Amino acid sequence: MSVRIGIVLFPGSNRDIDAVNGLTVAGAEPVILWHEDTDLSGVSGVLLPGGFAYGDYLRAGVIARFSPVMQAVADFAARGGPVLGICNGFQVLAEAGLVPGALLRNRGLRFVCREVALTPERLDSPFTREIRERRPLRMPVAHGEGCYFADDATLDALERDGQVLWRYTASDGSTAGPEDPGNPNGSLRGIAGVANAAGNVAGLMPHPETAVEALIGSADGLGIVRSLVVSAEEYAATGAVTGARALAGVAPR
Amino acid sequence: MSEPTRVYRFAVNVTPKPGILDPQGKAVERSLPHLGIAGVTGVRVGRRVELAVTATDAEAARAIVARLAGELLSNPLMEQYEVEALGETPAPAGAGAAG
Repeated sequence: MSVRIGIVLFPGSNRDIDAVNGLTVAGAEPVILWHEDTDLSGVSGVLLPGGFAYGDYLRAGVIARFSPVMQAVADFAARGGPVLGICNGFQVLAEAGLVPGALLRNRGLRFVCREVALTPERLDSPFTREIRERRPLRMPVAHGEGCYFADDATLDALERDGQVLWRYTASDGSTAGPEDPGNPNGSLRGIAGVANAAGNVAGLMPHPETAVEALIGSADGLGIVRSLVVSAEEYAATGAVTGARALAGVAPR
Repeated sequence: MSEPTRVYRFAVNVTPKPGILDPQGKAVERSLPHLGIAGVTGVRVGRRVELAVTATDAEAARAIVARLAGELLSNPLMEQYEVEALGETPAPAGAGAAG
């Protein structure tokens, strides 16, 4: 039986069907969770999809943060359950304080919709464990507020503790800094996605769930979606996620 | 008979923290030469939220606004806010205090 993973549907979510498809291809059973739900229907993992929750009014993700379902997601995360936020889902997690940092308006001011390359920092986290080799992964971005920001001390701590999971990659294979064309939004230190300190909650701006089939351009996102599925399977079986414990105590390679 | 209440009006001015990149402000600044305006620097674009709070006294009203401003209207990682009092009026009959 496939593991059940919840996809939270906010008013204004628009990548929920991509998430359904990505999870299905990755071998999970997607379960749509409504933003007014107060429980997660017994799912073993949660995916917050892309879109414009509540119209992105005020700030992207902030109103979604206060929806009833997010309290249930926060409780699930506190129990160690795996939670992945993609694009707007990352913004919601950041506003909720479930992952560190904030997503500012893109440095170039424009909404950016194109393919980017990002490289996993480590292959032993709950959200990268199914990526087979450490190389640039191609997948789309589509956002106007994706410039990752945290103060220098926080950035240093994130790097030290292995919480940076993905960075944008320049054409020569190095990390794409804020001004590099390979960095779509000006994110500090090229950060495309981060995890919380416990390691079981992560968010990223690019869309791995729409890059799961070579036929439609790239299957490079499948390793990330598969990682969530495997972590959810492990959580269902054991009540914990191994990679999360590893992440909390081990420096990045 | 409940305590008499008043309506307190406020503005919350939210701006990017000093040092935080503000691409909107930069874009405004870059457009100024097109208007033939010189010598304007330090443009920062923020947001102003006006609201009215029904409460028993000004202190209670201000506490509500401070919570709202800190938890919802601004993100303390990247923004700062100032609360501006805009005046007060007696509450219309039947209005309850916010709590």
